Amino acid sequence: MLLTVVIDIVKSLILVIFLLTAFAYLTYGERKVLARFQFRPGPNRVGPFGLLQPLADGIKMALKEEIIPAEADRYVYLLAPLISLVVALLAFGAIPWGPPAHLFGRSIPLQIFNPNVGVLYIFAISSLGVYGLVLGGWSSQNKYSLLGGLRSSAQVISYELAMGLSVAGVLILAGSASLTHIIRAQDHYWFVFPELIGFLIYVITAIAETNRAPFDLPEAEQELVAGYHTEYTGMKFAMFAMAEYINMITVSGLAATLFLGGWHGPWLPPFLWFLIKVGIFLFIFMWLRATLPRLRYDRLMAFGWKVLLPIAVVNTMATAAFVALSR
Amino acid sequence: MIYFTIVVVVALAVLGISRLGRARRTRPVKYYPYESGIVPRSDLGPRFSVKFYLVAMLFMIFDVEAVSFYPWAVMLRQLKSFGLWEMLLFVIVLGIGYAYAWKRGGFQWDR
Repeated sequence: MLLTVVIDIVKSLILVIFLLTAFAYLTYGERKVLARFQFRPGPNRVGPFGLLQPLADGIKMALKEEIIPAEADRYVYLLAPLISLVVALLAFGAIPWGPPAHLFGRSIPLQIFNPNVGVLYIFAISSLGVYGLVLGGWSSQNKYSLLGGLRSSAQVISYELAMGLSVAGVLILAGSASLTHIIRAQDHYWFVFPELIGFLIYVITAIAETNRAPFDLPEAEQELVAGYHTEYTGMKFAMFAMAEYINMITVSGLAATLFLGGWHGPWLPPFLWFLIKVGIFLFIFMWLRATLPRLRYDRLMAFGWKVLLPIAVVNTMATAAFVALSR
Repeated sequence: MIYFTIVVVVALAVLGISRLGRARRTRPVKYYPYESGIVPRSDLGPRFSVKFYLVAMLFMIFDVEAVSFYPWAVMLRQLKSFGLWEMLLFVIVLGIGYAYAWKRGGFQWDR
C-alpha cells in the first residue's frame, strides 16, 4: 500500500519534471527549427549551440516585474494561468508512455492512471483549458485580450467537435476507450491505415485546439497584440506558454497512441518509440508554422463547421458500416 | 489523485515565483490596460458579436451528440448492424438540424 503510494508519487514527479523540461527545450527546439527554415542560426550564444537558452529565459521570466493591471479582476486574473497550466499537465496523466515496466518484481504501468474512458477523459480535461484562455482574456480588462479570449473560445469549441468525432472511428476499431486497450489493439497494424481520414482530421483539429499556426487566430499579433495574454507578465505569461507547449505534447502523444500504435515498434525500447513518434508530430507543428500563413477568421470557422465536421461524421459512419457489416 | 495534488502544487509554485518580481518603480500609467500607447477612454462594454452566442449554442447541441457517439462506438462490435441503423437514423435527424443551421447562415462569419 505504502509502496504503491511512493511509486505513484515518484512517477508523478518524474512526469511533471519531464513535461516542464520538455516545454523548455521545445521552445528552444522551435526557435532553432524556425530559424533553420529562414536560413538563420537561431539562438547560439548561451552555452554550446545555445543549449542553455531555456534556462536563461526561465531566469529572465522569473525576474520580470509582476504587473497586475489596476482594473483587472484580481483573483480571476491570477486563476486563469493557473487553470491553463494545471489542466495541461493533468491531461497528459492518462497517456501511457510504455508497456508496464517490471521493477523489483512488481509490474508498474508507465502511466499515471488508466481510466477506462481515457480518450474521453483527455478531451474533457483539455477542453477545460479554454476556461484559462477566456477568463484570462476577460479579467485583464483589455480590449485585445477580450477579443482574443472570445475568438479562441469560439475556435476551440468549434474544432473540438470534429476532433471528438475523428477519433470515434478508432474507438470502433478498438472496441474500447481505454488508451492501453487501444494500443494493444494495434499489435498487428496501426490505425492510421484504416483511419487515414480520421487521422488527418485529428491532426488538423489538434493544431487548431492548441492555437498553433496556421490556426493561431487568438493571438494574431498583427491585429490583437498578443490576444488573451497581452496583459500578463513574467511567470504568469510563461504559464500560458507552458500550457500551450504541454498541450502540444499531449495532443501529439494522443495522436501517437490512437493512430500510430503508441509505444509499438521494432528494435528500440518502447519508451523511445513513443518519444520518436511524439517528436515527429512536434516537428510537423513547427514545420507548419514556418510554412503556412494564418487563416482568416471567417474561413477558419467555416472550415471547421462546414468541412471538417461533416467529413468526420461520414468517416465515422463509414467505419461503423465496415465493422458492423463485415461479419 | 496524487498526480493532481502534485500538479496543483507545482503550478502554484510557478505562480509564486512571479511574486519575486514585484514592480519596484511604479507609476499609475504602468497599470493601465495596454492600448497601443493611448490612454483608454472607455470601459469594455458588454458588447460583442451575437455570433459567439450562436456558436456556443450550436456547440452545445453537437457536442452532446459527439459524446453520445462514444459509448456507441465502443459497443458497436456487439451491437452489429442494429447499432449501425440506429445511429444512421440519429445522424439523419441531426443532419436535418445541421442543414437548417447552415441554410439560416449559422456558419457564416463574413456578414
